[in-house]
Amino acid sequence: MKATLAVLVENHPGVLSRVAGLFARRGFNIESLAVGPTDNPEISRMTIVVDGDERVIEQIKKQLNKLVDVIKVSFIEPENSVSRELVMIKVNTEPEKRSEIIGIAEIFRANIIDVSRDSMIIELTGDKDKVNAMEEILRPFGIKELVRTGIIAMNRGSKCIESPEQ
Amino acid sequence: MTGAEVLLKALEEVGVEVIFGFPGGAVLPIYDALYNNRKIKHVRTVHEQGAAHAADGYARATGKVGVVISTSGPGATNLVTGIANAYMDSVPMVVLAGQVSTDLIGKDSFQEVDICGITLPITKHSFMLRDKREILKTVREAFRIAKSGRPGPVVIELPKDIMASETNMEEQKEDFDLSFRVLSEKINSSHDEKENLEIAVEMIMKSERPVIYAGGGVKLSGASSALKTFAEKICCPVTTTLMGIGCFPHNHELYLGMLGMHGTPWANLAVSECDLLVAVGARFDDRVTGKTDEFAKNAKIIHIDIDSAEIGKNVRVDLSLHGDAKELLSRLIEIVPEKRHGDWLKRIEYFKNKYLLRDSRRELTPRYVIEEINELTEGKAIIATEVGQHQMWAAQYYKFEDSSSFITSGGLGTMGFGLPAAIGAKVGRPDKVVFDIAGDGSFEMNCHELLTALRYDIPVIVVVFNNRSLGMVRQWQEMFYGGRFSHSDLGDVADYARIAEGFGAAGYRVTRSDEVREAIKRAINEEKPAVVEVVIDKDEKAVPIVPPGKPIYQMLGID
Repeated sequence: MKATLAVLVENHPGVLSRVAGLFARRGFNIESLAVGPTDNPEISRMTIVVDGDERVIEQIKKQLNKLVDVIKVSFIEPENSVSRELVMIKVNTEPEKRSEIIGIAEIFRANIIDVSRDSMIIELTGDKDKVNAMEEILRPFGIKELVRTGIIAMNRGSKCIESPEQ
Repeated sequence: MTGAEVLLKALEEVGVEVIFGFPGGAVLPIYDALYNNRKIKHVRTVHEQGAAHAADGYARATGKVGVVISTSGPGATNLVTGIANAYMDSVPMVVLAGQVSTDLIGKDSFQEVDICGITLPITKHSFMLRDKREILKTVREAFRIAKSGRPGPVVIELPKDIMASETNMEEQKEDFDLSFRVLSEKINSSHDEKENLEIAVEMIMKSERPVIYAGGGVKLSGASSALKTFAEKICCPVTTTLMGIGCFPHNHELYLGMLGMHGTPWANLAVSECDLLVAVGARFDDRVTGKTDEFAKNAKIIHIDIDSAEIGKNVRVDLSLHGDAKELLSRLIEIVPEKRHGDWLKRIEYFKNKYLLRDSRRELTPRYVIEEINELTEGKAIIATEVGQHQMWAAQYYKFEDSSSFITSGGLGTMGFGLPAAIGAKVGRPDKVVFDIAGDGSFEMNCHELLTALRYDIPVIVVVFNNRSLGMVRQWQEMFYGGRFSHSDLGDVADYARIAEGFGAAGYRVTRSDEVREAIKRAINEEKPAVVEVVIDKDEKAVPIVPPGKPIYQMLGID
């Protein structure tokens, strides 16, 4: 079972190593981790996708809560949320294939953000399935390089994840 | 004022009276400030590990936060075992670790080490101080974090230049970090306790064979008397973990003694047969549960703990009450009706009579020695221990009268802990007679701390059970490794009484049972650091013992 956690943390140096260290030490599996500041410069938000049974995921939440730098841990439920990931793919583009690749990018509503004689960088935003699908389709052309940001997620509607003092 | 002077002021403000430590280059500004300080006593140990354990022993004996200071680099790394020990046993401690000046950090400078990084997995929290205006706030936060909720060690890394810098109290920042401000709110935001308390009462009323399993959390929360009232009201037998020893009166008819690997047969059998187990401030450690699938197999489990991460971590529980043990027990006492469990108590009485531990009073056995110490001190001494067979003997045979008088390394199992911990305990409780019960192997690990006891006139008594071997290792090798005594024989080389005398302490060597009382008595009366070496049989065992990985009702060494 996979779970997505939104973790508000103090925007301090060393917080990431505390969180990463906790996962390594207790043998929890991180599938994806993305982190960046929020609208409040004191607070960063991590989106962590973890894999484990219900008991493990409950432990992860409780152990995260024990870290002093962690302000709040919330679950993001897949059915009531949107999740996105950004990926950049540098793909081989022999001249005769170029238009075909541009066509694929259009179908996926992806952007071409760099073009050279024999390669292109395609930028795509989407949920995990969309990113995977595009990767599969581009693979026969020859993927030279691929980088993903990790998933970020947010609840739908007016429900918000706020720090206790907001 | 210098940063170091602000640091000492801050320490005074949070109530620090004594710190244990060892000076060095990076902390010279702090030691310079200590030179003129009249409010804070400093005890210099021989080795930083000893300082950390002494701060730990002090904290356990007094209930205050223990404070230890070291220089950067090797001074700081020498603290690591002591920090891990405090972490595993939830001891409130603040570690003041020196650091090289900020302009040298990250350059592999002389005596530079990332002590916050090294101690990340063994601290409750840590601070890398980088702003001279945050000294006061950091100290306040560190002490609050060390003490609050489930206590633990907190490291503050103190760069030399910040301690030497010009600053004052006025420019110290007053505001706390956001994460600190929400700390208690975050920890306490659990479920509706009232409803759960009612469910707990229902479970208690339904049970016919309940057992309370009490751990170190009862002591930390000061819940001993609430536990007694609760147990009496529902007529429920109580067993304690190693860490919980002392939290329930030893001579009480409901007391079962310790459970687990070296627990009493009746405690282990009662837990195995009970239909309700109420765990209070305990964490289902593998030394307690044995084979977890078989542990309290027929029982519903209620788990009371302040650390919600402990609930459901090692075993499944049927109901959890998350919060302070004293508060939750008091609320339960209010709403639970009185109960009697005549048949169940009779069943336990039957176990007690059946497995009565053999008493061999006249021989020079470990049990005899511990019982003599118990009689001479009327169960009122503080007993620190090292780790091994002697630790189990002390746990089994000393009849503790007071909840803060057994000081032992339960979680980490640190050989060499006992002597410095006893020194720390005696500093905190000079009114108490303080013993370190030791084995020869453990004593050798930190015996140099006798010098600390002598230099500061801290009269602790070390009782060294000399069996010329690493007894617990030898016992396991005999029982589980076919008698192949690999590297556990120490040989008849050392004369521990004379070693003590060499340091300047009193030394007594006891080889016959009729010499025990006299030696212990003299050691107590002379009020100076002393070592009483007791020569015992190599084949003395810590029994009963549950073989590793076996259910706790399968004990060896009982008739």
